[in-house]
Amino acid sequence: MTMSDTIRKTVTLQIDGVSVTVPEGTLIVDAAKRAGIDIPVFCYHPKMEPVGMCRMCLVEVGRTVIDRATGELVLEEDGSPSVQFGPKLETACTTPVSEGMVVLGASDKARQGREDIVEFILTSHPLDCPICDKGGECSLQNLTMGYGPGESRYLYDEKKHFDKNVPLGELIFLDRERCIQCGRCVRFQDEIVDDPVIGFFNRGRALEIVTYSEPGFDSYFSGNTSDICPVGALTTADFRFKARPWEMNSAASICTQCPVGCNLTFNVRREAASGGNWVVKRVMPRQNEGVNEIWICDKGRFGHHYAGHPERLTQPLVRRDGELTEASWDEALELVADRFRLAGDDLLTLAGGRLSNEDLFNLRQLTDGMGGRKVLYSTMAGGNLTAKYGMAPGSNFADMGPETAILVVASDLEEEAPIWWLRVKQAAERGAKLIVLNPRPTKLERVAEYILRYPYGAESAAVLAMMNVVSAQHLDLPEAVQNLARSSELKAAAEVFTGAENGVLIFGSEGVGLEGSRVLAEACANLLTITNHIGRPNNGLLGVWQRANDQGAWDMGFSPVLDLESELQASSAIYIVAADPAGDDPSLVSETHKFLVVQDLYLTPTARLADVILPVQAWTEREGTYTSGERRVQRFYPAVRETSNVLEDFAVAGKIGELLSLDLETRLAGRVFNRIAEEVPDYGGLSYSKLAEVVEQWPIVGRGDLYYGGTTYENAQGLGIQLPNSEHEADDSPVWQDVPLIDIPRLGLLAFPITRLYDGGTTLLPSQLLHQRIAEPFVVLNPHDANRLHLPLNSSVLVSLADKPAVIASVQFDESLPERVILVPRSFGLPINGPMPVEVKLAR
Amino acid sequence: MSDIKREPPTEYILLRHHEIANIDRLDIYRKHGGFDAFQQTVTNMQPDEVTTEVKISGLRGRGGAGFPTGLKWSFVDQHNWPHYVVANADESEPGTFKDREIMEMNPLQFLEGVAICAYAIQAKTAYVYLRGEFWDIAESLDRHISELEAAGLLGENLFGTLYSLRIITHLGAGAYICGEETALLESMEGKLGQPRMRPPFPPSYGLYGKPTVVNNVETLTNLPSIITHGGEWYSKIGTEKSTGNKVFSLSGHVERPGNYELPLGTTFRELIFEQGGGIPNGRGIKAIMPAGASSSLIVATEEALDTPMDYESVPNLGAELGSASVIVVDDSVSIPWLINKTIHFFKHESCGKCTPCREGNYWMVHLTERIDSGQASAEDVELLRDVAEQIKGKCLCALGEFSIEAVLSGIERFPADFNQTVAD
Repeated sequence: MTMSDTIRKTVTLQIDGVSVTVPEGTLIVDAAKRAGIDIPVFCYHPKMEPVGMCRMCLVEVGRTVIDRATGELVLEEDGSPSVQFGPKLETACTTPVSEGMVVLGASDKARQGREDIVEFILTSHPLDCPICDKGGECSLQNLTMGYGPGESRYLYDEKKHFDKNVPLGELIFLDRERCIQCGRCVRFQDEIVDDPVIGFFNRGRALEIVTYSEPGFDSYFSGNTSDICPVGALTTADFRFKARPWEMNSAASICTQCPVGCNLTFNVRREAASGGNWVVKRVMPRQNEGVNEIWICDKGRFGHHYAGHPERLTQPLVRRDGELTEASWDEALELVADRFRLAGDDLLTLAGGRLSNEDLFNLRQLTDGMGGRKVLYSTMAGGNLTAKYGMAPGSNFADMGPETAILVVASDLEEEAPIWWLRVKQAAERGAKLIVLNPRPTKLERVAEYILRYPYGAESAAVLAMMNVVSAQHLDLPEAVQNLARSSELKAAAEVFTGAENGVLIFGSEGVGLEGSRVLAEACANLLTITNHIGRPNNGLLGVWQRANDQGAWDMGFSPVLDLESELQASSAIYIVAADPAGDDPSLVSETHKFLVVQDLYLTPTARLADVILPVQAWTEREGTYTSGERRVQRFYPAVRETSNVLEDFAVAGKIGELLSLDLETRLAGRVFNRIAEEVPDYGGLSYSKLAEVVEQWPIVGRGDLYYGGTTYENAQGLGIQLPNSEHEADDSPVWQDVPLIDIPRLGLLAFPITRLYDGGTTLLPSQLLHQRIAEPFVVLNPHDANRLHLPLNSSVLVSLADKPAVIASVQFDESLPERVILVPRSFGLPINGPMPVEVKLAR
Repeated sequence: MSDIKREPPTEYILLRHHEIANIDRLDIYRKHGGFDAFQQTVTNMQPDEVTTEVKISGLRGRGGAGFPTGLKWSFVDQHNWPHYVVANADESEPGTFKDREIMEMNPLQFLEGVAICAYAIQAKTAYVYLRGEFWDIAESLDRHISELEAAGLLGENLFGTLYSLRIITHLGAGAYICGEETALLESMEGKLGQPRMRPPFPPSYGLYGKPTVVNNVETLTNLPSIITHGGEWYSKIGTEKSTGNKVFSLSGHVERPGNYELPLGTTFRELIFEQGGGIPNGRGIKAIMPAGASSSLIVATEEALDTPMDYESVPNLGAELGSASVIVVDDSVSIPWLINKTIHFFKHESCGKCTPCREGNYWMVHLTERIDSGQASAEDVELLRDVAEQIKGKCLCALGEFSIEAVLSGIERFPADFNQTVAD
């Protein structure tokens, strides 16, 4: 609850005889909902502005009467205020409450009004519930049962029929005759996510939803429209005609695609088509107003297929005579344990941020037990700093408004973490001061108050320039940011950030490699420290990590290393878990390594080089916890039964540990978590049962009425717990190191990494549905450079990054790019891990 | 207040082209005092004095709702700028063709009215929203606007003051609903023409969210005379509460259809029989639709014919004066046929935003078709009445509410016609 909420005046009114006290300005429909009274709606949605279109929420409204002459309330004989009812029914969704108001939602007149509206809607509805995906979870079905007439007076033959199979894009299909023209989808795209790519066309009964974009319905959030559609008009290509709602079980989970940690619900069923196995049929948001509210992005919704993919590893493999051959678990684990024992402190464990806290904890115990090194596979640094200076418990983007300043540095936030983009945008719309510091334009800038540009490679210097405005100590600035440092915009932005009651600083990895990231994180932490934006709710540092549980990995003691290649070369035993370095850069891993163990879901390029491969369960098959970028620890639950003969990552690590006489928990994730709570200070006092606690959230969704959330699920499985800031001494504040600056060469080109939401990663590619949205490998350069190098638009080029083998990509132009800068996307098969020299030539 | 006094016109305030040839020429219009009133307001009057004068005149909106014009202006939010004026030239009500004649024949007076309104609310930009079919009128208005700009009567620093005004024409795309002021504003903003939820009303939240006065063409065309002769003078024309002249668009079964400018309070009999020459072919008058297709049907009794056409008297007949587009229906017309026509119109023009209008009109078309073609039973007539009653009071805007007027009044007031079609 924000300050403005607590001081808001309240209003008391009567709804169907129940006295309700709500904040001034509340709409009747919401006031009723809070009091447990259902006023049915179709078009109204509590996350959007009311429009009063469907007319379903008609109620009788009586208001107190003021005597014009005296200005006093007119009273009845018994002294109670006189209440006057209007001649017409009013829409509860557009009418704010007032003191003394009397609302009749269950009167004969109101009930008749609703029956009238339902009858009207059904005159044009095909009533094809038996074949409709929404059947069983449809607002129209439910409200027809609750309020509709028993039979129709409309002649069926006079019904107008429309197309039932209109693709708005390849992800979302429209059934035109089921559509009741409530406009929720159009308004969601417009008001909530600012992708107004669908709209109404034509009028009257011909009113239809169309898409204006190419490709159709071009938005990262399109799937949400199928959740809030009150009928079966919008369905996803992923779930359309795949199952009936009542055949499925649901399980709570957490999304693994990015560090936001969106709460999910899986709908699963056991089916013949999958050989009698349990399969995930669809992914939907689960309400967590502190994380994802009731939304998820399309990557989270449609990108789950990797978990259930047929090419999953199912059996341990051991290299014999150069060939990977099947082996028993005992055989494989004993081999691994023997070789790890032999390696001793020469063991290197390289873990990916896809792993759960429990997995990472056991890997840590195993590695530390051997005296080995723990490395996180990431090109971002600063997880130690986000632990100390991160957003304190009680932080919630939804509470941020004019008192908060949000600074976003080096991040294309919508591409890196779409739901954070959404929440930052909404905070800005509520009045939060948004400052975007980035080398090129991004969608976030549409709502920014200050847009500041720095040259590629100068992100830390740019943050330093802001610090110089507000700190007594002035640090030397490199030439590249002198213009920025002198600009009045930067000064104003720095002063706004400093002066704001609350300040949040979000840093990403746009154009940044690991070394730059380390300095950037320090610069950001310094800025927060000197502006006193640490240690309080809605203040602090937020890293836009590259994997869902990178923060958890840092918390468990893993961190990335600058020269991974040398580290790998220097180790006599390497244990790579949930990471595919060879897939990103084939030169990182080679068969010359002394002993390589790979633990993964698939036979990745790295796994192909392994001496032992250990198959594991996907996150859909097991339980565990992830720590989001906001340092919220959240539980995920088993949704489908595990593939036979594979184990959880923590269990595999635990069993290896046991063979090495280490005391590790191998059986239950919850018991591993208890050990985390004992041994990792920030996690002290936490337990699975605490993580599963919930409180009532607004809006109320997911209940039988289906009005608000549609198929968004109510959260009954835990809102998670935000970790406290790590202990740190007063003089422990980060120290300023050298300002690294990447000089753009006078000759040649310098490549900078960028992130695309839909990339070529191994966890995304198994989702066939998204293939049309995943670009071919590409590079972006200035047309002048391209012209100079004779590289036409869309041409195929050979891209040689540093001294690595050339990779084919296509050419895209961006006129806003400076000359000699070329952008290379991560996870597209181009081996980029930071700014590096690059050669580009036409592929013959 | 005004020092430019001239003789009040004997007959015309609006259709002055009947008295003055070529009044659409700037030199002629100027010779007859054109733009003196605007100059007077800009150089000698405070904006609120203009509003006060219009309040005194008793002028009410001529688009149909009859809302007091000066009062509407006084609602304009003074804490939110800029302000806009939008002239509603979307004239689309079947049987209404008055604004068209004004804009074609006396366009400069209309534009002067727009300018006076703009000054009163201190708008520096005024728009004329014309229905798409009025493209030729838009072209000629554009020429007049250029001419006025060249003559220094529109543009920057008018009459040596700090006040500047631009008038811009905007064509709609042919939707009846865009005559509804909030749908008009949506359309002007480039969006789908659908009405907004009200409140907020345009004077607080209008074009691009800014305070906006939307006035009908005829309303605005009254303003120069009100400024020149004073609100007091205007208020003496017509009746006590319905002041001034009104252009009545007379159509249907009359000898001389057309626009007639008469004081409010003139009787139907005067308009239809004296001015319009009565019913052709010696037939009897059966019904009157005083406000186009949006009308209740008035049974043309002697008493009805003697009723004054003003905002207070017409409701006594169970109808509204509306835009005063009087459609005369003779005794050859079957009322089921007539309401089938009006419902086809509303079904075609329903924007589809709210359920009762979108679905209800579509349903009613099926019923009126069957009833009109003699394929219906008495139950279908009952059902039609039910559906109309079901729409009533539940719509988002007036279009839906108006769509049922002819249906309900037709069934109630002409039962014999329905008995006949269902009996056949």
